[in-house]
Amino acid sequence: MPAAAAPCLDDIRSTFGFFDAWQDKYAFLIDIGKSLAPLPEADRTEGNLVRGCQSQVWLVPHFDGDKVHLAIDSDAHIVRGLIAIVLAAYDDRPPRQILDFDIEGLFDELDLIGHLSPTRGNGLRAMVARIRNIAREHAAS
Amino acid sequence: MTKPSWRSDFPLLANRPDLVYLDNAATTQKPAAVLDALARYYRCTNANVHRGAHRLSDEATAAFEAARETLARRINARSSREVLWTRGTTEAINLVAAAHGPLAVGTGDRILITEMEHHSNIVPWQQLCQRTGAVLMAARVLPSGEIDHDDYAAKLEEEPRIVSISHVSNALGTVNDLASLIPSAKAVGATVVVDGAQAVAHFHVDVQALGCDFYAFSGHKMYGPTGIGVLYGREELLEEMPPWQSGGEMIERVRIEETTYASLPFKFEAGTPDISGAIAFAAAVDYLDRLDGDAIESHEASLLAYASASLNQVEGLRIVGTARAKGPVVSFLLDGSHPHDVGTLLDQQGVAVRTGHHCAMPLMDALGIAGTVRASFSLYNSRQDVDKLCRAVRTAASML
Ligand SMILES: Cc1ncc(COP(=O)(O)O)c(C=O)c1O
Repeated sequence: MPAAAAPCLDDIRSTFGFFDAWQDKYAFLIDIGKSLAPLPEADRTEGNLVRGCQSQVWLVPHFDGDKVHLAIDSDAHIVRGLIAIVLAAYDDRPPRQILDFDIEGLFDELDLIGHLSPTRGNGLRAMVARIRNIAREHAAS
Repeated sequence: MTKPSWRSDFPLLANRPDLVYLDNAATTQKPAAVLDALARYYRCTNANVHRGAHRLSDEATAAFEAARETLARRINARSSREVLWTRGTTEAINLVAAAHGPLAVGTGDRILITEMEHHSNIVPWQQLCQRTGAVLMAARVLPSGEIDHDDYAAKLEEEPRIVSISHVSNALGTVNDLASLIPSAKAVGATVVVDGAQAVAHFHVDVQALGCDFYAFSGHKMYGPTGIGVLYGREELLEEMPPWQSGGEMIERVRIEETTYASLPFKFEAGTPDISGAIAFAAAVDYLDRLDGDAIESHEASLLAYASASLNQVEGLRIVGTARAKGPVVSFLLDGSHPHDVGTLLDQQGVAVRTGHHCAMPLMDALGIAGTVRASFSLYNSRQDVDKLCRAVRTAASML
């Protein structure tokens, strides 16, 4: 399947705004999840696993000048959809911007956490915490 | 055949009329009789037990010990001294591993389990091996989800000192043929431990007929409250075991130099026990005893057959675990879909199932899968629940 362009935050915000039914939200999540570039098998290592996620989530950061580039993948489609949203907020941004971004506000606005089981929500927060740590370390280096 | 009267015994189901609860292998809902017993105990009888001094305490003690009698009768123990209260199956198995384990195994001795065990019937034995130098072996599981009896027999030739097997698999529903597995383990002189967590809610268990030495189960999986369970142990074995926790309740006479222990079963019940839990657990057993056990079994068997047939109609769905003898559990996978995705989409449709490895990672490894979606049924489930499950699964499949 040809990978569609990764959605940007504005697209995600406006698309979510149209949805009432849970099916639409999930269909969209699954859809943007499918558009996510898969992580090479070699990067799907134990060391790259994000702890605290119910499904397996691998995260590999790269640094390009002062920008943090994130490659994240999961074995579950809905989680890949959540990753696509997290990437839209964080990917290819300087650490300062990552640390300043109000991601909880975004989740509230999209009413994401409310639609997730608590364990899923915790997994999402574990992913966010890992990314913020990476940004903090990169900013300090 | 549906029994609407059974369903109406469960207040939670009435409070959540839209919920399709199919996670009964994790924990069952509680009938009003159990909730009433809990409340009645605290409203009318609450006092600490075995501490004499006053009438209320005597009443609480009598109710607590009557509960033990009820449980002993339910599993046909020879005496209520063979029924120890624990927090559940996990604690019961830990008790056996801690107090009987070191008497049974030393360096190089074998402990035999199977690949289908719940983690709580694996990790306590691993820890016992670490402490004693014993070696843990696991009998293989066939692709059908049944124990490979040839491999089991071959491993028995190494004369394990302890054999610990589940009665019913929580992940797949397989009912193990204990009538053949236990005698062959006894024939090599092993102590036989049975993890009965998934059996007790579905059929009558007779520990004497089984011939096991220990049998562990949880109240909350058989309509009782959480936090209470039972370890049945043969009296001769319990007598020779040292206490595993110590403090009040389990002593006869304490001097600073030396303590003598209380007799069975109190030797293994240090501290104030879960009095209300035990009494409410017995109320769950009384509830089950009032129903017709055969009717429950045939109702659940018919749900299992109906669910298996209906799910098999869904394109791309594969049932994992096709043993001839099964409890009311259907584990399945949708082609190309992660079990968590399926579970999330079922949850959105009001169908509660469990997804993942079901605390049986070695079993998942043996089957070459990461996990499954598991629907597990109970006496209050109906064919309509199965229909809703199948509809929700089709919707999920169309979205993924
Ligand atoms: C087969 C089996 N063994 C042991 C356990 C552990 O029971 P508990 O958590 O009540 O101690 C469970 C419960 O999930 C189980 O299904």
